[in-house]
Amino acid sequence: MSEPTSSPTQGEPAAGRGSGPHVVPLAVLVAVFAALIALTYLTVAATHYDLGDWNLAIAMGIASVKALLVALYFMHLRYDHPLFALIFAAGLVFVFLFISLTLLDTLEYQSDTDPWADTLTRSGEPQTPMPLRSGSRTLNTNPKRKRGELSAG
Amino acid sequence: MTDAKALPPEEADAGHHRFLAHHFDSPEQQFYTGKLGMWLFLTTEILFFGGLFCAYAVYRANHPDIFVDGHHFLSTALGATNTAVLIFSSLTMAWSVRSAQLSRTRGLIACLVTTLVCAFVFLGIKYVEYAEKMEHGLIPNRIYFERLEPRLAFEPDEAYLREKLSHYADPSAAGEDLDLRVRKVRIFFGIYFCMTGLHALHVIAGIGVILWILVRSLKGHFSSAYFGPVDYVGLYWHLVDLIWIYLFPLLYLIH
Repeated sequence: MSEPTSSPTQGEPAAGRGSGPHVVPLAVLVAVFAALIALTYLTVAATHYDLGDWNLAIAMGIASVKALLVALYFMHLRYDHPLFALIFAAGLVFVFLFISLTLLDTLEYQSDTDPWADTLTRSGEPQTPMPLRSGSRTLNTNPKRKRGELSAG
Repeated sequence: MTDAKALPPEEADAGHHRFLAHHFDSPEQQFYTGKLGMWLFLTTEILFFGGLFCAYAVYRANHPDIFVDGHHFLSTALGATNTAVLIFSSLTMAWSVRSAQLSRTRGLIACLVTTLVCAFVFLGIKYVEYAEKMEHGLIPNRIYFERLEPRLAFEPDEAYLREKLSHYADPSAAGEDLDLRVRKVRIFFGIYFCMTGLHALHVIAGIGVILWILVRSLKGHFSSAYFGPVDYVGLYWHLVDLIWIYLFPLLYLIH
């Protein structure tokens, strides 16, 4: 709310900044829509070219440009008080920290768990369901049960 | 309040705008308070989805081959169509906010109806995709239903998985046999259904709130003096679009 809080003519927001909320011009909305569709086409077309490790980076880069367009114009962040953009960015920063720190950790220890996981998978023994805790009704003890009777068709 | 004088007479009520809550000084203060609350909510939504994106990142970093195998089961055409539908619905949602700001009630109603139609088209395409997976028992449910109600459990159609995967070379460096790939690829469907399922729930919730806005629009509640709820629902709808913008390449466009 950097604009004056007591705008006398709330009824005419089209007059621009300073008198009520900003109205995004229709031409801008349609241009953003066209750009988003074009970028969607681009990201699908990019799958026809194998660029190795760059595949994911390019797909995420295009998605981020699209997300930025949506946030700036459709979500109005470009015209609004920077506080809203700050809140939004804070959420993204924490998701980034969350994912990157978890990745650092899992990539550090995966080499230790992989041999163990492989023996488990290769043994061919399907994981048995966890036994129900005491006091629960025994719902799953019938050995003659037929799973997937309803899954046909 | 000074603002009450500027309001159209049919909306002024005892010196107050009829939708101005008594604890706000002005409609503008009410509008920005709601907007701040909406942005805080959207941030929690980003963190909410962030957990699933994190699960995705961990699995893909450790087992990229599962995702290459898994994406063969998704239709890029359907995914791209849904992306276009959702982007178009975002345009009409932004347009309805604009219409409300300009007190164009008929335009507002038309835009909201179009957005709703797009939401249903999105869910319809999603239904077609889900039905095909569920037909082959690929929905992750076994552990849950085996304990609770075995008759409802979907049995993964291993023959289908094997037949389909046999057309593609093993993407992993390990040179795994087909049986192992068939078993591992189910991890992909677990992640696929959780991520797109939570997103679809958000689309359904979006349909609910857009309907609410539509009913209020038909009652003529919104004008340039009061359009906060349209704006807030619009922000929510754009976030649903924004999350799909990332889901589409992450799930459909792996190569």
